[in-house]
Amino acid sequence: MILRLAPPLIVTLLVGPILAGLVMAVLPAFGYLPALGGTEFSLAPWRELFAQPGLMRSVAVSFTSGLVTTLISLAVVLLFLAGASGSRLDRWIRRMVSPLLSIPHAAAAFGLAFLIAPSGLISRLVSPGVTGWERPPDALIVQDPWGLSLMAGLVIKEIPFLLLMSLAALPQLDPERRVAMARSLGYRPTIAWLKVVMPALYPLIRLPVYAVIAYATSVVDVALILGPTLPPTLSVSILTWFHDPDLTRRFMASAGAVLQLGVTAAALATWWCLECLVSRLGSHWVARGGRRRGELSLRLAGKGLILLATLTAFVGIASLALNSIAGFWRFPEALPQGFTASHWLRALPNLSGPVASTIIIATAATLIALALALAALENEQRTGRHPAQGRLLSALGLLYLPLIVPQIAFLFGLVVVMESLGTRPQHALVIFGHLLFVLPYVFLSLSEAYRRFDPRWSQLALSLGASRNAAFWRVRLPMLLAPMLTACAVGLAVSIGQYLPTQLLGAGRVPTVTTEAVSLAAGGNRRVIGVWALVQASLPLVGFIIAVGLPRLLWSNRRGMRGAP
Amino acid sequence: MNDRHHLVLKDIHIALDGVTLLALDAEVGPGEVLTVMGPSGSGKSTLLAYLAGFLAPAFQASGRALLDDQDITALPAERRGIGLLFQDPLLFPHLSVGGNLRFGMPRATPDKAERVEAALAQIGLSGFGQRDPATLSGGQKSRVALMRLLLSEPCAVLLDEPFSKLDTHLRHEIRQLVFDRLRAAGLPSLLVTHDREDAEDAGGRVIELSH
Repeated sequence: MILRLAPPLIVTLLVGPILAGLVMAVLPAFGYLPALGGTEFSLAPWRELFAQPGLMRSVAVSFTSGLVTTLISLAVVLLFLAGASGSRLDRWIRRMVSPLLSIPHAAAAFGLAFLIAPSGLISRLVSPGVTGWERPPDALIVQDPWGLSLMAGLVIKEIPFLLLMSLAALPQLDPERRVAMARSLGYRPTIAWLKVVMPALYPLIRLPVYAVIAYATSVVDVALILGPTLPPTLSVSILTWFHDPDLTRRFMASAGAVLQLGVTAAALATWWCLECLVSRLGSHWVARGGRRRGELSLRLAGKGLILLATLTAFVGIASLALNSIAGFWRFPEALPQGFTASHWLRALPNLSGPVASTIIIATAATLIALALALAALENEQRTGRHPAQGRLLSALGLLYLPLIVPQIAFLFGLVVVMESLGTRPQHALVIFGHLLFVLPYVFLSLSEAYRRFDPRWSQLALSLGASRNAAFWRVRLPMLLAPMLTACAVGLAVSIGQYLPTQLLGAGRVPTVTTEAVSLAAGGNRRVIGVWALVQASLPLVGFIIAVGLPRLLWSNRRGMRGAP
Repeated sequence: MNDRHHLVLKDIHIALDGVTLLALDAEVGPGEVLTVMGPSGSGKSTLLAYLAGFLAPAFQASGRALLDDQDITALPAERRGIGLLFQDPLLFPHLSVGGNLRFGMPRATPDKAERVEAALAQIGLSGFGQRDPATLSGGQKSRVALMRLLLSEPCAVLLDEPFSKLDTHLRHEIRQLVFDRLRAAGLPSLLVTHDREDAEDAGGRVIELSH
C-alpha cells in the first residue's frame, strides 16, 4: 500500500519545490515581498536590473555559452560514436566514461584552469623552447571575456554525460545491424552510422540534451572559476546581488532570476528551431545517397576530439595533484623543484569538517532517493503499469524538470519560502535541496536495469511460495545489487558536486568540499586549490570504486552474478 | 507429499481486446499430465500466466480454476499452491545450490538440511549443496530446478515447454525424470508445448489449440 504513494510522492517532491520556488522568484521580481517591505507590485526591480552595467553582455555570454557548449559536446559524442565503434579507443572511452562523469564540475574546471592559464602546465611545457617566454605572458586566457574557457570547461564535463546517455539508449536501436545493412548497400561505416543510426538516436537523447542546454546557460560554480568577470555571466551576477548586504537588492536579484529563466527558455527555443532546420537539411543529406565523401575526416575528427577532451580532463586532475604537492616552482620549468606535503598538512584540520558534511549530506540524499526510486519502480512492476516514454509531460519528463529549470531561477524562491516558513538553514534543508537533483539521476540510472530484469525471476519466487515482499528482498534486491550500487555512486557524485543548493539553502553555513573549493577560486592560491579540488574529485571516485568492487567481493563465488543480470 | 490433488478448469475463456484467445474446460486428476499443444501465438503461455496468477491486466479472463475444490482464481500467485517449471532452469544465481532448494521450502519444514541433502542424493548430486549453480551442467541444473519445485510442496504444477532448450540426448532422460516424479508425488500437471514427443512421453490427455 505504501508503495502506491511513491510515484505521487516523487512528483510532489520534484514539482512542489520548483513551483513554489518559481512563484517566490516571480513575486519579488515585481516588487512583492512583504518580509522586505515590498507590498505593492511595481516594475522597479526590472528598471533597476536593466540599468545594471554590462547586463546585456552577461545575458549574451550565458546564452551563447549554453548553445555552443551543447553543440560542441553533442557533435563530439555523435562523431565519436559514428567513427570509433568497435575500435580500441571505443572500448577505452567506454570504460572511462563513468569515472569521467564522476569528476565534479568544479574540480574539472580547476584542472582545466591549471592547464591553460598563462603560467599553467601547457604554457610551461612549451616555454621557453617554442614561445621564448621567460615569464608568464600577460594574457587573459582563463576567465576570458568571451567565455571561451568557460565553454571548454563545460564541454569536458558534458561530453561524458551525453555519451553515457547515448550508450544507454543505443542497444534498443540495434546499431550493428543497421550499420551492417547500410554497409552492404555501399556506405562507409562512419557515414552509415550518421545516416541510419543517428536520426533514430537523437529523439532518445533529446531530454538529456535539453538538460545540458539548461545547465550550461545557468551554471554558477564553473562560471565562478572559468567564466568572465567584468561582467560575469548572468547567473553569477544574480548570486552576487542576492548576497548583497543591501537586502533591497533581492528584488533585483529576483528579477534577474526570472530573466535567467527567460534566457534558458530562449536558448531551448533556439535549439528547437535548429533541430527543425537540421532535420530538414539532414533528410536531404541522408536521402541524397552519398556514401564515401568525408568518411576519413569525420572519423578522425570523432576520435581526435574525444581523445582531446578526455585527456584534458585527466591531465587537468593530474595537474591539481601536482600543484597540491609542489614546492618552489619557477615559471618556465615543467616540474617543481621539490615536493612537499605541507599544503596537505596545513589543509588537513580544515578539511575534516567539510568532508564529513559532504559525506553525510550525500549519503542521506542518496539513500532517500534510492528508497523512493525503488518504491516507485517496485510499484510499477506490481501494478504492471509502465509510464509512457518519450513524452515530455510523462512521469519521465517530470523527472527531468529539476534538470531543465535553471537552479538559480527557483532556488532563490525556495530560500524565500523556507525563510518565511521559519526553517533555519541546516543540514536537513541542504539534504532536501540535493534530493531534487539526486533523485532524477538515481531513478534514471536504476530504472533501466529494473525494467529489464527478467520478470520470470519474481514469478518463480512467488510460485515457490515467497510473498511479494520476500521476492523483493530475497531475489530482486540481491540480483540487482550491482546496478543499485552504481545508481548510488551516481547519486553520491551528483550530491558531492552540488554548489548552488548547498550555498543557498545552507545560507553559507553548511560548508562542503565543493563550496569551500569554489570559494577558493577568487583567491587564486594554486597549492590550496589543488588540495581541495583533488579531495573534491576523489570523493565520488571512492563511491564508484565501492560500486564496482563490492559486488565482485560478495559474488566472488557466484559466476552467474558477474555479468549484469 | 502423497496427498491426492486435483485441478479443475471450468469454462476458462481468455480474450485480448475482445478477441478470444482460447477457451478451455478440463479436469486433471492426481498424477495426471494434461498436455496443451499449439503453435506459438495460440495463447498457451497466456493460459499458464492466468493459472499461475501473472496474467497482464490487458487480458480479460473468465471462468474458474479449482484446486482441490477451492477456487484459486482470485488468490494472489504466492498463495495458489501452483509450482512452475520454465524453459530455463532459472536457478537463483546469488544463492548456492542448497540455498536454491531451501528457498521454496515452507518455513516450518523440520530438518531442512537433511531434506536438502536427501533431495540432492535422489538426483545424483550428493554433496553439491554449497556449489555455485553457475558451475553445474545443463542437465544438473534442470534436475535441481525440479527438486526445488517438489520441495516447495505445490498442489499442482505448470510446465512451460521445460524441455525445449535441452540437448536431444538429455531431453528424453529429463523428461522421464520429471514425469516420474510428478506422478509419484500425485500432482496434477499441465504441460504446454509444441513438441509432439513431449506429449507422447507425458502419456496423458492432449488438447490441441488452434489459432
